Amino acid sequence: MQIDLRTVSIKPLRHTYGHIERRFGDKPASRYQEGTYDLQPTHNFQYRPTWDPDREIFDASRTRLKMRDWYAFRDPRQYYYGTWTLARARQQETAESNFDFVESRNLASLLSPELLTLALDLLLPLRHVAWGGSMNNTAICAYGYGTAITQPCMYHAMDHLAIAQYLTRIGLLLGDAAALSSAKEHWLCAADWQALRRLVEDSFVVQDWFELYVAQNLVLDGLLYPLFYKVLVEDELSMRGGTAIAMLTQFMTEWYAESAKWVDAQVKVAVAESPGNAALVSDWIAGWQARAVAALAPMAERALGERADAVMDDLAQQFAARLAKLGVNA
Amino acid sequence: MDMQVPKKKLSLKERYTLMTRDLAWDTSYQPKEKVYPYAGYEGIKIHDWDKWEDPFRLTMDAYWKYQSEKERKLYAIIDAYSQSNGHLGVTDARYLNAIKLFLTGVTPLEYMAHRGFAHVGRQFPGAGARVACMMQAIDEMRHAQTQIHSLSNYNKYYNGFHDFPHMYDRVWYLSVPKSFFEDAMTAGPFEFVVSIGFSFEYVLTNLLFVPFVSGAAYNGDMGTMTFGFSAQSDEARHMTLGLECIKFILEQDPANLPIVQRWIDKWTWRGVRLLSIVAAMMDYMLPKRVMSWKEAWEIYFEENGGALFKDLARYGIRMPDCAAQIAKEKDHLSHQVWATFYNYGAATDFHTWLPDAEEMDWLAQKYPDTFDKYYRPRFEFWREQADKGNRFYNKTLPMLCQTCQIPTVFTEPDDPTKICYRETTYKGDKYHFCSDHCQHIFENEPEKYVQAWLPVNQIYQGNCFDDGVDPGAPGFDPLAAVLEHCRMVHGRDNLDFEGSEDQRNFEEWRGMSKRNA
Repeated sequence: MQIDLRTVSIKPLRHTYGHIERRFGDKPASRYQEGTYDLQPTHNFQYRPTWDPDREIFDASRTRLKMRDWYAFRDPRQYYYGTWTLARARQQETAESNFDFVESRNLASLLSPELLTLALDLLLPLRHVAWGGSMNNTAICAYGYGTAITQPCMYHAMDHLAIAQYLTRIGLLLGDAAALSSAKEHWLCAADWQALRRLVEDSFVVQDWFELYVAQNLVLDGLLYPLFYKVLVEDELSMRGGTAIAMLTQFMTEWYAESAKWVDAQVKVAVAESPGNAALVSDWIAGWQARAVAALAPMAERALGERADAVMDDLAQQFAARLAKLGVNA
Repeated sequence: MDMQVPKKKLSLKERYTLMTRDLAWDTSYQPKEKVYPYAGYEGIKIHDWDKWEDPFRLTMDAYWKYQSEKERKLYAIIDAYSQSNGHLGVTDARYLNAIKLFLTGVTPLEYMAHRGFAHVGRQFPGAGARVACMMQAIDEMRHAQTQIHSLSNYNKYYNGFHDFPHMYDRVWYLSVPKSFFEDAMTAGPFEFVVSIGFSFEYVLTNLLFVPFVSGAAYNGDMGTMTFGFSAQSDEARHMTLGLECIKFILEQDPANLPIVQRWIDKWTWRGVRLLSIVAAMMDYMLPKRVMSWKEAWEIYFEENGGALFKDLARYGIRMPDCAAQIAKEKDHLSHQVWATFYNYGAATDFHTWLPDAEEMDWLAQKYPDTFDKYYRPRFEFWREQADKGNRFYNKTLPMLCQTCQIPTVFTEPDDPTKICYRETTYKGDKYHFCSDHCQHIFENEPEKYVQAWLPVNQIYQGNCFDDGVDPGAPGFDPLAAVLEHCRMVHGRDNLDFEGSEDQRNFEEWRGMSKRNA
């Protein structure tokens, strides 16, 4: 039985802010809506940036992509600061208990030395890749247009930072500080990591923020996360007795599944907007995808030997299927 | 089972280094100058980013844990406050106008800080500094959103809150905060952190924070009070970042000193001019007052700020020159600004009023040297005229200062009976200022400030009407067209508090909540 509790009821003059009402009508609005739509200033900018004097502070021409309404980029997760923080805090609790579980039972000691070496070799240089992802998403937040897409990019940047930090903890738990520094050495010098490092460094100087979004969030992460965290860690290492490692990367797996839905929604909207956008996006994908595949192949080979080619083919097929769903002509 | 060799325990500092700046590397496929293209042009010399001392050591796991606890509590209180019609518990509906000022003039700055810190969080070549700036970027988003969410309930019942982002880009007095922040964001990354991180967050933020948040607490506004208190621990982090930035820059190279000193001089003055709106709010808009503007200034700037500048003296930093003029103005500022708002009350999205007899006595007591002598007679005269039905709304647009964009209403530092005007000619055009300091700021960077979008000038040029409006049409009322363009409803959002819809509704609803109908 439900009992209505009585409170003094007053008829409100309006249900939400004017800019929200013009988009969604005069009805109670969600916190995501009120905390997102039309927040970025758009008019009457006072001065040109001394660091970019040809443009306004917020300027839609920092990408070649064109949108009639930049707030078409809706986040299906409806993250504003509060919901994002709460969601991540919950995932963090799980991650924390996974780390505790592995540590308290000393599961690292059950891993064979070869497996341990392989795991550290594969995972620890990814600290730097995640750091690059964090930098790039910070840039998209800074130079992008419209809060609907810039806001989640800042959260995404912090998520990447967190992943770099979880990887650091994995290094410290399964190895030590020296393991981190030798992985950094690999990142900087070992031949099989250089294509990836070059790709990441090249992404740092991409000027078009939506191209950067496509290169980082769709292409690089869209290939790297399934390869490393699904195929190499969850399937391959687990099969070889490394389930403990999969426990330590659970955050990454879940985070990728969740955030890929957001990335898909953004790309879908951009592509559906116009044939011009669709062509741009597919050009960007084509350029970055070939490089990303080539950069990731040595790691697949390191872990899988001659099975690597088949796995990379699978990966490419899955990625193509994903793109097809987004309306991208690959 | 094998004996585990105990691992060397890392110190907190070593561990934090591995979790942050050790993630970064020196790029070799792309030159540093292309990866961090804005790091050099301001002339700040940094020799060793490794000397950066992390102002706080917060990894993301801990950040999420602390912040989610704070968010949970904050939103529970906001919900409870809204559900119980907490707005009817504020001292007096006049108070609502203070938070209208906050939502339209301060919340958009939080948003700008979010984007600005993302920019420097990408551009500093030092990874330690970048991580701290990125954290501030999300904190600032938190502040913007918690403010919007807390004040959302007021918007449902009262006028003037309804179109804050639209107004921020267009309403005349809001160009004061807008130009302040855009000035900082269009500067280089080092000036940005000195202006916002140091001058604003560290030196001046208490003067913004204490009046509004304590004002809210004093006036029964639990919603605003709660987001204010909840933001406090974030602000503490931002202040330590601001201080670390300034110390780091100064320690890196002695040649940085004159540049930094010029920025501190500039941004202290820009900040104080911005805060003049807060001064008026404190002395005139809070039904239950916390302290006077002058008292707040003495505690938070003269005492606390004085101690800080003593501490920075070892780097060669001195108190900004403008401090002398500010000391003279503290007896006058709030009265002059409130008088201006009262004059232009037909063009504000909040209501204005004259202080009543009891309030004037309080002002006289807080400002014994100036209030009775210079301001009481003015307010009493206006009261007399209003009572006779001659409430005068000024419809002539005032001249604005080219730098701070406040109407040139302030008086000469040494003569409170004479308006202070300064002017200069640049490339054949004449520019006007409210003060020597605003003039100097202009003269240091004329190419920047000639771009200023001054609302008054823009209105006269016909740039502040809706599309399709014909200023040549017979009977065209330019001010009505400007209000419409700003989405202000004449007679509802503006004019005197006395007789306003806000006043009537508050009375009626409060009656409903206290009595049986």
